[in-house]
Amino acid sequence: MTVPAVELVNVIKHFGDVVAVNDVNLKIEDGEFFSLLGPSGCGKTTTLRMIAGLETLTSGEILLRGKAIGQTPAFKRPVNTVFQNYALFPHLTVERNVAFGLEMHKIPKEEIKKRVAEALDMVLMGDLSRRRPNQLSGGQQQRIALARALVNRPEVLLLDEPLGALDLKLRKAMQLELKQLQEQVGITFIYVTHDQEEALTMSDRIAVMDEGKILQIGAPQEIYEHPNTRFVADFIGETNFLEGTVSDINGEAIDVSLDDHTIVKAHSDLSVQKGQKVGVVIRPEKINLASSGMVEGKVLEIIYIGTDTRYVVQLKDNTSITVREQNLNSTQANKYKRGDKVGLNWDPANAQVLKK
Amino acid sequence: MAIEPRTRRERITLGVLLSPGLFWLIFFFALPFLLIFIYSFLDRGKFGGLVWEFQFDNYIRFADQLYIRIFIRSIIIAAITTVICLLIGYPMAYWMALQPSRTRNTLLLVIMLPFWTNFVIRTYAWRMILARQGQINQLLIALNIITKENAPTYLNTNGAVILGLIYIWLVAMILACYASITGLDRSLLEAAQDLFANPVRTFFRVTLPLTLPGIISGSILVFVPSFGAFVTPDMLGGGKADMIGNLISQQFGEASDWPFGSAISTILMVVMLFGTLLYFRGLRREKVQS
Amino acid sequence: MTDQIPSKTHQTQLRLDYLAKGYASFINRLKQLFFNGYAGLVYLFLYAPIILLVVYSFNESRFPTYWTGFTLQWYRVLFDDHLVGAALKNTLIVATSSTIISTIIGTMIAIGVERYRFRTKPVVDGLLIMPIIIPDIAMAIMLLVFFKLIKMNLGLYTIIIAHVAFNISFVAIIVRARMATLGTAMEEAASDLYANEWQTFWRVTFPLLIPGILGGALFAFTLSLDDFVITNFTSGPGSTTLPVRIVGMTRRNITPEINALSTLMLISAMTLVPLSLWLQRRAKMS
Repeated sequence: MTVPAVELVNVIKHFGDVVAVNDVNLKIEDGEFFSLLGPSGCGKTTTLRMIAGLETLTSGEILLRGKAIGQTPAFKRPVNTVFQNYALFPHLTVERNVAFGLEMHKIPKEEIKKRVAEALDMVLMGDLSRRRPNQLSGGQQQRIALARALVNRPEVLLLDEPLGALDLKLRKAMQLELKQLQEQVGITFIYVTHDQEEALTMSDRIAVMDEGKILQIGAPQEIYEHPNTRFVADFIGETNFLEGTVSDINGEAIDVSLDDHTIVKAHSDLSVQKGQKVGVVIRPEKINLASSGMVEGKVLEIIYIGTDTRYVVQLKDNTSITVREQNLNSTQANKYKRGDKVGLNWDPANAQVLKK
Repeated sequence: MAIEPRTRRERITLGVLLSPGLFWLIFFFALPFLLIFIYSFLDRGKFGGLVWEFQFDNYIRFADQLYIRIFIRSIIIAAITTVICLLIGYPMAYWMALQPSRTRNTLLLVIMLPFWTNFVIRTYAWRMILARQGQINQLLIALNIITKENAPTYLNTNGAVILGLIYIWLVAMILACYASITGLDRSLLEAAQDLFANPVRTFFRVTLPLTLPGIISGSILVFVPSFGAFVTPDMLGGGKADMIGNLISQQFGEASDWPFGSAISTILMVVMLFGTLLYFRGLRREKVQS
Repeated sequence: MTDQIPSKTHQTQLRLDYLAKGYASFINRLKQLFFNGYAGLVYLFLYAPIILLVVYSFNESRFPTYWTGFTLQWYRVLFDDHLVGAALKNTLIVATSSTIISTIIGTMIAIGVERYRFRTKPVVDGLLIMPIIIPDIAMAIMLLVFFKLIKMNLGLYTIIIAHVAFNISFVAIIVRARMATLGTAMEEAASDLYANEWQTFWRVTFPLLIPGILGGALFAFTLSLDDFVITNFTSGPGSTTLPVRIVGMTRRNITPEINALSTLMLISAMTLVPLSLWLQRRAKMS
């Protein structure tokens, strides 16, 4: 096995009494686009800042290509950051901003000039080199911040919600561009975001964090299709959650009995026992509406949202289930009315059993 | 964010940064401060020297009607100054805040210019204007309101001192009010009007309470220096409207009674520190509430 | 459609509306006029004494009271006045040296207090704020008493020491405010880009602090020029400054020479202050 680009071993960070990062273990492979995803205050930014060296570790160790750097000050780490608000130096021109890191390394002037020009061209900002940061738009500042970090050819690039301050359209465009850029330069990216869609779009792998802990690490598809906790399921996209007890086990196919004794079919790669209390997670788009089905309820709400229609169905035990049906033809949305009795069906492989 | 100096190097850096300032403030502020406090308990010698005998006589002496009257006069003069500054300054600040933002900076600069000029000069100007043969009387004579013969002098009165203090500190009040009025969220005023408050009610129920911090800091900025004023009562009061500052000065001049002067200074400083402390406490509460 | 041909009552209504609107805008105009007039009066109150002061510096009579005719003789008297010349020199020496010393010391202590957390910080904070709160006169006499006790001769040195003692606080407050608005983001970015503490300070922190430091220095300089009370008590024979000199002159006899001196001081303040504010803004822009 190759040495991971970055490895976090039992990393803990306290701020006074507050535990910001609680025993995080993480291996990030070379050349990977890795995202730390979670709600604000989950410890993702603190984790990133500890890798950058801007925050000290309370305990644990961080390894960069197998070398311990936990006690190394930020300015000695071959790691660069794109900050949330870009943190461009307002008193320096774009050119001098990008040259800053190279100047600190006492690289010959000629080479600095060449590399700065290259970096600016790479982010399509070559003709703005003489401007000052406050003369640039948010998107342009973002590109300069990127160039300023990448010009140093860091072993790892850290990005702290770099697109957070941009408007939606620009953000979407930059997502694609960032991903392409990462493939082009081949540098390991560690990307902090609270936007699940952004993480799913760009990442090779995602770590979902909450309350200072990593809940799940995996490829976007794995995280979405097989969330391992209710939190992850909820945080990544819309989801339905049913509670019940295991009534029958047949390999990976599990029958779960809800409180009103309705039996729902689900799937689990975890070992569960009969009688065990479990939850069943199922995505709205994986459910089919029919006149009758595995579970029955009545339509409580119909929300038309263009590409598809969302039905909120109330079950007998009052839990609400959201179903999304694609509007394949223009009258699809009129199929059911409020108050209609409907049945819900799904492929058991799409219903994931979670331990409680 | 402040950080804890952890390494030896950081501790040395902190020491180097702080020590010149601390040295200066301790030697040329804290020690003299302490000295005054100690002196205030000593006795004055026959020929103006010091007698190292610990006693409270200086403070007891201050309770004399003569001194208490000066103390109370200082408070009243400072209070009247503050109220008038507020009454003139708040509408002025409001007016400035209503002007288009382009002209506002110019207006601000024009307001501040007199503030940046020497206050001895500004006080002198009033001394010239308020004199018996000064420009005010010239104007009144020209308007046939008074005659040259019965022209009064306005100098050496409480009114002259108050006028001089207003002239010097009005700008501070305007700036403090202006800062809080421009910081006001316009949408709140619109919300108040949307909720059927007429302009007068909007002003008293929304604008005034929200700009209260500015009013308070402006009042402190005017009251504190007015209370401890020395030059203005000296130049415009001419011994007839002495304030506590003049009383202190006399003890270190003609009266040559340093212990008593020290005691009065101590009283003055305690009043000031107490007032400012109350102000900061109030500010903090304001912050907690919002 | 009836809507297109307004009925008689509708027309009257329209006219009434128009009148009401006109009345409201008239009242608004009036209000605005009143308000503008008020502001004009306030400006007049602030400027009239200064203008009169300047006008009467050209008065022929030896009193700055009744206007008798135009002359420049008081400016000649002023330029021949050795005491004023000496006072000007002293003022500039005191203001310049106390500004330089207090700007350096005040900036250092501001950085230390704003950057680091330490146990005695509340004490240092208190020590920094006290010279601002305490009235001039109290500070003046405590320094007088102190200098007498340590048997220091009153003169330019004692004035400079006293001015530095109150200016440190003002410089520190202004620089701290600038530091607080800057935050730590820029310094973190610098250290992320391989700058050590020293490089971070000189390449990033210091250049960004310059507007604050300039502002503090300007404020210190003005305070120093302006001070009468503390200077009066800490100066000795031969170390008189301009404000002290002016008060001294008003005690003896008032002549237009004081007006002439005041006029020159006004002119220098009114050109220097806007100029330095402009320079400061330029520094902040870049």
